[in-house]
Amino acid sequence: MTIEVTARYFAAFRERAGRDTEQVRTQARTAADLYDELAKRHGFADSMTRCKVAINDELADWNVALTAGDEVLFFPPVAGG
Amino acid sequence: MSFKITSAVIDPVARKQELTQSAAGACVTFEGWVRNVADGEAVQALEYEAHQAIAEKEGARIVAEAIERFAVKAVACEHRVGKLGIGDCAVWVGVSAAHRGAAFDACRYVIDETKARVPIWKKEHYASGATGWVNCATRTTP
Repeated sequence: MTIEVTARYFAAFRERAGRDTEQVRTQARTAADLYDELAKRHGFADSMTRCKVAINDELADWNVALTAGDEVLFFPPVAGG
Repeated sequence: MSFKITSAVIDPVARKQELTQSAAGACVTFEGWVRNVADGEAVQALEYEAHQAIAEKEGARIVAEAIERFAVKAVACEHRVGKLGIGDCAVWVGVSAAHRGAAFDACRYVIDETKARVPIWKKEHYASGATGWVNCATRTTP
């Protein structure tokens, strides 16, 4: 099943993708599937285990199922302090 | 707010006042400053970015965990975003407790968890003119 979601990128991901947001039509079932797809498209090299994902402004598990219309936020490895 | 993302200068003296309690016999504060070198390369400035809503939510969880785990009276943390110069305070953590042990432990817990979990990113501006996002898992310095 193909759904449409909004992907938002932060920090290094945003610079790498050359945009902060995009509409994505995808067959990805989970946030992890979508990351794999978008990492290939934009050349994100970071392992998913070191990154975080948020769905509709809440931190989420990578294996959570996506729903049409979700806003999926991709966070590269954090580096506060 | 116990965990705050701010674009304004952090005022450690003002923030410390919020920790004051008559039952507190210890206060530990930590300030993270912008350093002029990273992995041997001269740094001129740092630029911090955060997802404010999620950062403050995750930060509030960390503060709540510290209160749960350690015998402390008050815990607060503030992190800057925007462009900072050498010597600027990028992050402040303050803890008060009846005794020093819990205050040291909780302060360490809050800064360590903040660095590991809160969606904040840091771009280094080098003296050479180049810039680079810090990839924190490549750093192991505590």
